[in-house]
Amino acid sequence: MTIAVAVFPGTNCEHDIVHALRLAGADAELVWHRDTDLSGASGVVLPGGFAHGDYLRTGAIARFSPIMESVAERASAGVPVLGICNGFQILCEAGLLPGALVANRDLKFICRPVHLRVESTDSVLTGAAEVGQVLEIPLNSYEGNYLAADGDAVESEGDVILRYCDAEGGVSDATNPNGSIHSIAGVTNARRNVVGLMPHPERASETVLGSTDGMVLIEGFVASTRVARV
Amino acid sequence: MSTTFRVTITRKEGLSDPEGSTSRKALVDLGFDEVSDVSFGRIITITVDDDDHDRAAARVDEMCTKLLANPVMERYRVETVS
Repeated sequence: MTIAVAVFPGTNCEHDIVHALRLAGADAELVWHRDTDLSGASGVVLPGGFAHGDYLRTGAIARFSPIMESVAERASAGVPVLGICNGFQILCEAGLLPGALVANRDLKFICRPVHLRVESTDSVLTGAAEVGQVLEIPLNSYEGNYLAADGDAVESEGDVILRYCDAEGGVSDATNPNGSIHSIAGVTNARRNVVGLMPHPERASETVLGSTDGMVLIEGFVASTRVARV
Repeated sequence: MSTTFRVTITRKEGLSDPEGSTSRKALVDLGFDEVSDVSFGRIITITVDDDDHDRAAARVDEMCTKLLANPVMERYRVETVS
């Protein structure tokens, strides 16, 4: 079974995530956004970039790309779906994940490694990690500021899987790089098979990149694609 | 006959508006101490080729809910310009 990595006009992280998925032992292949056949996919990844130029709002045009109907169908069938950075924004716009992403608090593009604390292992991304585990993974975004109309609801429903923190796992306003509500860096849906995060685990997948902390997430996702979720 | 509408999209009350809060800080730094709040939005002008105003307005409303505004964080207002 193969993990489909969707490519929109403007996507630019697709080769990185394919490489990381293969490092984790998965078969992965690129699928153009006009292709709609995901029937053979054991998982779907929406990578980072600037799909459709981020016009109007990030992800607002991409959510109407032909492939998105199939992504929604796969998601409702329980297939693992992962959105990284721009992919996370697309999943939120499509209503497959709660909330929305807006400009960073300080209106600056942030491109640096950040620390993340694993809040829940009940998702297709964090299943191989441990609660409280701290990961150092690059963040690379301008619109990474997560907001939800009711942040408390996201918390109470257990949708939060990753939170920005310091090297020891402490969470405070000072460790929140972009102003995200409750320092939220990644969320999942009620069924736990759709996940999104702003940082890029594929950029922390080999020693040569400076960190391999992202691999526990990539491996967790790959493992979830081998198990039918019902 | 065509009708032109003006759609104003703003962030919902209580949700973070980084452009607004950063601009407010900059204005206060420039000596405009009286500024207590700034919020950003966008204005979209849409011309529709339809003689039936109500039908055209309903279509513009549909455009807002489907694409132009994100109901999670934004609200919108539609006005007829001409």
